[in-house]
Amino acid sequence: MNAIAKSNAETEFESTVYHVTPSPDGPVIEIDDFNLWYGAAQALFNVVMNIEKGLVTALIGPSGCGKSTLLRSLNRMNDLIENLTIGGGMKLEGLPIYGPKVDVIGLRKRMGMVFQKPNPFPKSIFENVIYPLRVDGVRDGTVLAEACERALKGSALWDEVKDRLDDNALGLSGGQQQRLCIARAIASDPEVLLMDEPCSALDPIATSKIEELIDELKGHYTIVIVTHNMQQAARVSQNTAFMYLGRLIEYGDTEEIFTSPKLSRTQDYVTGRFG
Amino acid sequence: MNPGDMLEAVAVKPVTRVSQTRRSYESSLTARGEPFLWGFGGALAFGVLLVVGFLVLVTWNGITTFWPKPIHVVTLNSGDLVAGEPTRSEPFKVGPERLTSLSEAAKAKIAKDDGFAHRVLLRTGNFDLYNDDFRWVEDYKIEKTEMPVGMFFIERQEWGAFVGGIKALNRNGATITGDELTLDLLHKEHEAARRRFEAIHDIERGAIGDVNYELNQERLKIRKAVLKYGDNAPEVKAVEAEVEKHASVLKGRFDVLAAKAQEIKDEDAKVQAVLADINGTEKVMPLSLIVRFYPANELSALGKVGIYLSRWAEFLTDDPREANTEGGVLPAIFGTFVMTLLMVVVVAPFGVLTALYLREYAKQGRLVSIVRISVNNLAGVPSIVYGVFGLGFFAYIVGGGIDALFYPERLPNPTFGTGGLLWSSLTLALLTVPVVIVATEEALAAVPKSMREGSLACGASKWQTIKNIVLPRAMPGIMTGLILAMARGAGEVAPLMLVGVVKLAPELPIDGFWPFIHLERSFMHLGFHIFDVGFQSRNSEAGKPMVFVTTLLLIALIAVMNASAVVIRNRLKRKFMVGHF
Repeated sequence: MNAIAKSNAETEFESTVYHVTPSPDGPVIEIDDFNLWYGAAQALFNVVMNIEKGLVTALIGPSGCGKSTLLRSLNRMNDLIENLTIGGGMKLEGLPIYGPKVDVIGLRKRMGMVFQKPNPFPKSIFENVIYPLRVDGVRDGTVLAEACERALKGSALWDEVKDRLDDNALGLSGGQQQRLCIARAIASDPEVLLMDEPCSALDPIATSKIEELIDELKGHYTIVIVTHNMQQAARVSQNTAFMYLGRLIEYGDTEEIFTSPKLSRTQDYVTGRFG
Repeated sequence: MNPGDMLEAVAVKPVTRVSQTRRSYESSLTARGEPFLWGFGGALAFGVLLVVGFLVLVTWNGITTFWPKPIHVVTLNSGDLVAGEPTRSEPFKVGPERLTSLSEAAKAKIAKDDGFAHRVLLRTGNFDLYNDDFRWVEDYKIEKTEMPVGMFFIERQEWGAFVGGIKALNRNGATITGDELTLDLLHKEHEAARRRFEAIHDIERGAIGDVNYELNQERLKIRKAVLKYGDNAPEVKAVEAEVEKHASVLKGRFDVLAAKAQEIKDEDAKVQAVLADINGTEKVMPLSLIVRFYPANELSALGKVGIYLSRWAEFLTDDPREANTEGGVLPAIFGTFVMTLLMVVVVAPFGVLTALYLREYAKQGRLVSIVRISVNNLAGVPSIVYGVFGLGFFAYIVGGGIDALFYPERLPNPTFGTGGLLWSSLTLALLTVPVVIVATEEALAAVPKSMREGSLACGASKWQTIKNIVLPRAMPGIMTGLILAMARGAGEVAPLMLVGVVKLAPELPIDGFWPFIHLERSFMHLGFHIFDVGFQSRNSEAGKPMVFVTTLLLIALIAVMNASAVVIRNRLKRKFMVGHF
């Protein structure tokens, strides 16, 4: 294949191929023909996908393919960016995510988010975990204490920190901090958990702990995880979406994506031939 | 066989040697930057030298000022006697008109020293006798110098120091003199006299002052009623009657106090000291008007320490006297402290809120850039301009408005309509607000984006994020800005001269009368005190040591305030900046 033919092949796209494992509860988020521009540059092209309820969906693709942009569009974190334009829509449980009357704060409360780098607040462990409840105006001490314990147990951190909840969260190790952030994300009992490369700043042991945790959390929460690590995607997710240059190329059952993808481009990526 | 032939035989391509310029592995001097390093180090050393030199000068002069010095009695060639504390000495060029009147030996000595002679500045005191506190004494005029016993250095309430002997003590008509007049007796009598002096002072300035204040308030009630109901209205008559009643009670109190004060005064007048200077000129004065006296040439080391400490105590806790060149600076310390504190209280919320809006809420565009540049430029405006603005806007417009609205009965005497503590603090707050804004903006910008995102993703609103996450995290940086503002504000004098600082304001801005903090009062300031003592007093030579002591005190005060702010900041930093991983 000469260079010109290759570049043509890269910029010509067929429509997305779907072979998704459906959830018995149906989709929780429906993305309908979503487009996004940073200023004049288009970052997402006509993305159509359903996030299945209670399952783990992985977003993979080379750097700059728009997977993080898509994830951050789900809870409208992109609103912070100036000169952002969107087209098309998304729905959470049938309710529009984008629209003039949408309560963005209420929306974000329904979706917990975990970031690439652990970002605990410079407060005590306890205050970190219950932060979503605090901003909600919850003052009842027993409610807060219960929520804190539940969230920390949910993120498998309880046993390590239960005796020092008043310590500064910045004193925890990186892996503990990330699990603390997961606890914070699930403290207000959201429906969806968004994870933006949650293990990229962690060592292998911390990573495996987080992966175990994701496995335990699925079912309770719908999880959308962006990852660069294909083994991780294969290990933790039921469905995988492969994105490339702002387009959703193939979206389907994780096992099929990694063993018998429908498209050669997906095949090339998951086998490490490019990306 | 020719070696060249052999090579040809195996048909090896002739090796052409590629000429390689030898690469130097030694970097050049400029690349290593050694000369610059010397330059940087030199600049730093120069700066450190300046600061250390300044501090040593101020500290040394400030610390030694209060140390009691011996009294020299100089016998001049002419037979005159001069007594005084040697203050400093210097060589000087002797003018030709002076040389002519000198003896041959003195002329020869001066000629040997290239026309230079030496002179000593003696603090002779006794201003009331000779209209001079200091006197230069040239060495060629000196016959001999002695340090005789019996010479006292006497600090007086008025007229400055007296240098001479204590000849006698008149007590209740009897004169104690000679061997009966011991130092112990003098000290005992002096202590009692000072107690009487304090008692008179307390009654006149304290109790009678309070009565006068209340009387004035009563009079204002009438004015107020007149302004409210018009002249001759029946309500005014009622108020007048009531005021009359109160006033008569107050008058009664006043008379009692005045009688009591007079009683003490009469008693005090019976104890007098007879002082005599070195030439025998006598001066009789009430013992109570002597602040401190000591036999300068007979003091033990312990006695010197005692005098030294008692002078410091007076300096730190007393009102000034003698046109500020002596006595204490308590009102100035207090004024500086309260004014700076008030300024920080005003500038902190004002600057932080402005910076918050600029950084977090305003749409970053041309307008915000212009605002930002303007704020930075404000920091370069000469401070006296702020003073003019403060006087024109705060004192005359705002203060005048307040007076017209709330204190019409006191007009034409201004209450807020003139310089005062409040307006000074506001003016300085205006002066220092750019520092706070810039520092706060930088601190806000330095809060990691991940923290804001984490908070927003938890469902916090923008304001909740700012309040709970951004502001606490930016607090150390904001504190740095406040420290800088405080340091600048506490040392600023020029604008204050226009908006409220005065030479003498013995009334502290805090007292026992409602509303306890009197922000409209003018106040004293250490910075202005330095200027006043050093350049505006009758006798700049007498004020010079006080300049150093006051400078030392001002530096110490600013250092203490800064240090406490730094401690708070570091505590915050430790809380928020624990390292990751």
